[in-house]
This record gives sequence, structure tokens and C-alpha cells, in this order.
Amino acid sequence: MSANPNGGSLAGWLTADTPRSRAQARLGRLYRGWQGFTRNGLAMLGLAIVLGLVLMAALAPWLAPYDPYQQDLGRRLIPPGAAHWLGTDAFGRDILSRILHGSRLTLYIVALVTVTAPIAGLAIGTVSGYFGGWVDAALMRITDIALAFPKLILALAFVSALGPGIESAIIAIAITSWPAYARIARAETLTIRHSDFIQAARLQGASSARIILGHVVPLCSSSLIVRVTLDMAGIILTAAGLGFLGLGAQPPLPEWGAMIAAGRQYVLDQWWVATMPGIAIFIVSLGFNLLGDGLRDVLDPKSR
Amino acid sequence: MRRLLLRAIGLLVSVALTVLGLLLVTFLIGRVVPIDPVLAVLGDRAMPDVYERVRIEMGLDQPLWWQFAVYVGDVLRGDLGQSVLTSRPVLEDILRVFPATLELATAAVILGVALGIPAGVMAAVHQGRWPDHLIRVLGLIGHSVPVFWLGLVGLLVFYARLDLAPGPGRLDVFYEGLVEPVTGVVTVDALLAGETEIFWNALHHLMLPAAILGYYSVAYIARMTRSFMLDQLRQEYITTARVKGLSEARVVWRHALGNIAVPLTTVVALSYATLLEGSVLTETVFAWPGLGLYITSSLLSADMNAVLGGTLVVGGVFIGLNLLSDLLYRILDPRAK
Repeated sequence: MSANPNGGSLAGWLTADTPRSRAQARLGRLYRGWQGFTRNGLAMLGLAIVLGLVLMAALAPWLAPYDPYQQDLGRRLIPPGAAHWLGTDAFGRDILSRILHGSRLTLYIVALVTVTAPIAGLAIGTVSGYFGGWVDAALMRITDIALAFPKLILALAFVSALGPGIESAIIAIAITSWPAYARIARAETLTIRHSDFIQAARLQGASSARIILGHVVPLCSSSLIVRVTLDMAGIILTAAGLGFLGLGAQPPLPEWGAMIAAGRQYVLDQWWVATMPGIAIFIVSLGFNLLGDGLRDVLDPKSR
Repeated sequence: MRRLLLRAIGLLVSVALTVLGLLLVTFLIGRVVPIDPVLAVLGDRAMPDVYERVRIEMGLDQPLWWQFAVYVGDVLRGDLGQSVLTSRPVLEDILRVFPATLELATAAVILGVALGIPAGVMAAVHQGRWPDHLIRVLGLIGHSVPVFWLGLVGLLVFYARLDLAPGPGRLDVFYEGLVEPVTGVVTVDALLAGETEIFWNALHHLMLPAAILGYYSVAYIARMTRSFMLDQLRQEYITTARVKGLSEARVVWRHALGNIAVPLTTVVALSYATLLEGSVLTETVFAWPGLGLYITSSLLSADMNAVLGGTLVVGGVFIGLNLLSDLLYRILDPRAK
């Protein structure tokens, strides 16, 4: 370790000016990014909220004081108090327990949309940008057409075709959100397509698939990750909107948007039934937005 | 001249392709629905030979591409099919409900321009101080709050608790049907009929939903104004103007704002498009009888013609506004030529 001027500490190893291996350089960059991230208070708050959501979803059965489906008509519409912190709904179900269990549905929807739509967009965008020519023209025309559609209305139409349900909502949101990712991936691909290292890989006989998967895709991913994180709040809001309209998760599932819809008719007298799940949606979306802003500052300093 | 013509043709082709793409999507959605279109007409106790005859009459035995061509032809002639729910042509229904949506979205966009542009300018001028932070917070909340929930809370606070706003709907019940619909926009119709009392009632009803919906466009327009404005204030001509001794107000509101008028116009056009879409959820909350409420209530009763017709109209308006903002940019900004 004598060659390392920063001494033997882990932080010193991570921030070394001359990393000895690729892994050290990579970890060092992650560490520096993390340092920048932790200095951003709002971003840390966002991270805390998102981690809280994950914990909530994982531990919901143990955290929830009541069974989220257990109806008790003798205890319906009780205002928030000691026995029921957030009150009970029209069927006497504990709202806190339902919100806790609903976090699983929210996370489920977000997770499924974020593994499908960005990957489809990445595939289309990188192929389009890498090959250029008529492939690019055709794929980008389709992307532009898809971008020109109103997303929520189209999602509504898709759900109507597939039938209401949480899976249809996920498919509808994924189908309407891939074009933005394709655009980003294509733009990134165009900037690196003619780089020397791509040419070198090609001269060594690497196939197009190998170049795209091994060299282009990794370089596109950081801007895509930022965009996906920023979009997560939008996904949550759209899913809740579909649930509110009765097209997403169906009762008695404790989906937050559907819970707001169920509390709608009582909103003037028993305000808590519709208000509480809305606050949950707000906090979680805020968390994803703050996290996304923070990630953008770290991973994509150009756009600041 | 020839270049201009070529560009116009290029634009026309791209719009035509987009519209065709929209038609293809609604056509395909209509084909994958689990509802059998023949049974939807006949009811599910139809005899097999009647079923077969109707199927052929409806053109469902033809190849898919031919069915699509027929569909495009129908839509271009303004035939969106019959609504199962109202048993009237869908186009007629949509023309009847569209003015309500237009009224709501227009009121929201007026709010967005009237509040968003001054707020954005203030934020840029006082960068890093409280007006700037306020805009950021407003935008962040706008990105995190579900619009339908905000509507419900608005009703709870301003209608039920404070009694400042009227309840859902476009008019108080006893005013309804008193004004002859001319444009379909109640506020305008009331003025045309000289009924000021009804006009104020309609305006009163419009306030809360327009404020809720307008909030989102205020946040968006303010954010865009801020970033355009910051770009301008860094330019040298601003320094020159200041050196010449112009007042700060004149520099900001005349010189800088004047130069961002064109991009702002396109932002406003785009936010109009988003508002039309956002009105779907807002209308449901406020029982506002517009296109959004029409689409969602048709959805719940599986009235596919109505849903797809509504989707087409919103999509068409969306594409039209996009095109308009593009054109405005090219016409108004001499640099874009």
C-alpha cells in the first residue's frame, strides 16, 4: 500500500488518482457519486421515502395492525383515533392496514413497468441509432407517432380492450411509455456510434449484437436510469388514476387509487376515507421525484 | 419557394402518417376487445344463421387490411359508429360534450398563462431566492399529487367546509336547461342570451375545477418561463440594455420576455394539449359533462365505439395542437427559417 498516497483506508483506496484495476475505478466513481448524492438533503429524503416504501411493502403483514380485508360493519367509518390511526372505511376495514398492504401493489406496478418499458425502449433506440439508414427512419417514425398520442387516453383505451385489472393497467402503462426511452437511447447511441472503441471492436470482428449489448447499452443506461426514476412518480399517478376510474386494480384489493374512489361518496362527511390514501400516493411520488432529481444531478451533470 | 413547398409536403406527410398510426391503434384495439361485435348488436341468443349473415353484413369476414381500409374511410367521412349506451351516432355525442371540455381546459390555460408567466419571470429574476424556490416546490407538488385527489380535497375544503365554491356540475340544478345551447360553452351561451345571473353561476361552477386543472399548467408554464428567461438574461444584449440605462423592469419585461414569446407560445399550445387529457380525471371528480366523463362512463359500460371515438378525437386534437405549436414556432420565429 506504500504506493498509495492516501494511506490504507477504504475511502483512500476508492478515491485513488491512479486506480489499479477496472473494478477499483468503477467503485471509486460510484463512491464519488454517492458522496455527491449524500450532500443533497432533498435527494436523501427521497431515498429514505423510497426505502421506507420498500420496507413497508416487505413487512406489511407484520406492520399492519389489522387484516386489510376483514370487514366489520359495526365499526364502519370510524374517524382516526387510538384504535384506528387513520380511521376505518365503509366496510369497517382499517385504512392504515389497507394502505400498508397497498404499498405492495404500488411497488408491483412500478417494478413491472420499469423492467418492461425501458428495456423495450432501449432495444429499439440502440438498434435504431446503431444501424441508422432505413431501420432508423422506420423505427423512429413509429416512435414519433407513438409519442404524439395522449398517454392517459391511450392507456384507457388499452385497458378497455384488455378488461379492467391490475395486469391490464401495467400493460397499458408500459405500452404508452416506451417511446420516450427509445428516443433517449437513440440520442445516446448516435453520440457514441462513431467512437474509436466501437470501430476497434468492429475491426476485431465483433458482431453487431455483441457491440450493441456489450458496448452501446451500458453507456446508454445511466441517462435511462435517471429518466426511469423521474418517470416512476408518473407511473404511480397513472396507475392510481386508472384505479380511481375503476379500470386498474379491482376491489377488494387495497390499491390506493381504488381506495380513493371507494371513499369518494363519503368525502364530505368522512373525509379520511378518501384523503388518507391520497396522502400516501403524494408522499411516495414525492419520494421518487426527489430521488430522481438527485440521481440526475449525480449521473447526468450536463442537464443540471 | 420550392424548398418551402417541399417542407410543407414533408410536414403534411408526417401528420398524415401520425393520424394513420392513431387510426391503426384504435382499429387494433377495437379488434382485440373480448366483446364480440356481432353479439353486441344481436344479443347473445342469436341463431347461428342470423349470426353468420350479420357477421358478413358487418364486413367481419373480409381480410383485416380491408376492414382497416373501410374503417379509415368511415372515420374520414365522420362516421364513428353508434354508441350502444345512448344509441346515437358517436360523433354527435362527442360534438355535444366537447364544448364542456373546451371550456374547462381554456379556463385552466388562461389561469396558467396569467399566473405561470409572471411567476416564471420572477423566479428567473430572483434566481436562488424565495420566488425561485416557490416555483420549484409548486412544480414538485404538481408532479406528485394525483389530480383526482386534489379535486376531491378541493371539494371538501372549498365546498363542504368553507362554502366558497358550488358543488359538482356546470350549473346549479334550477338553472339547468334555461339557456339555449348555441356554442355549448355555458358561460358564453349565458352571455349571448343576456342572462348575467346564469353567467355568474356558470363561472362560479367553473372556478374550482379550472383552478385544480390550471394548477398543473401554472407549474409547467412557470418552470419553462423560468428556464427560457434565465437563458435570455445571460445574453449580451441584456447587458447592453442595462448599460444604456434602461430601467430593470423594461429590460426584463420588454427585452427579455419579448424574446421568449415564441417558445412560450409553443409551450402554451403543448400545455393546452396536456390539459385536454388531464380533464378526463378532473371531469370525473366534478361531474363535468365533457369528453373525459363521456369516455370514462362509456368505458365502464363497455361501449367500445364511444371509447374509441373519444380516443380518436382527443388524439386528433393532440396531434393538431402539436402541429400548431410547430407551425407557430416556424412562422413567428424568423431564426427558424
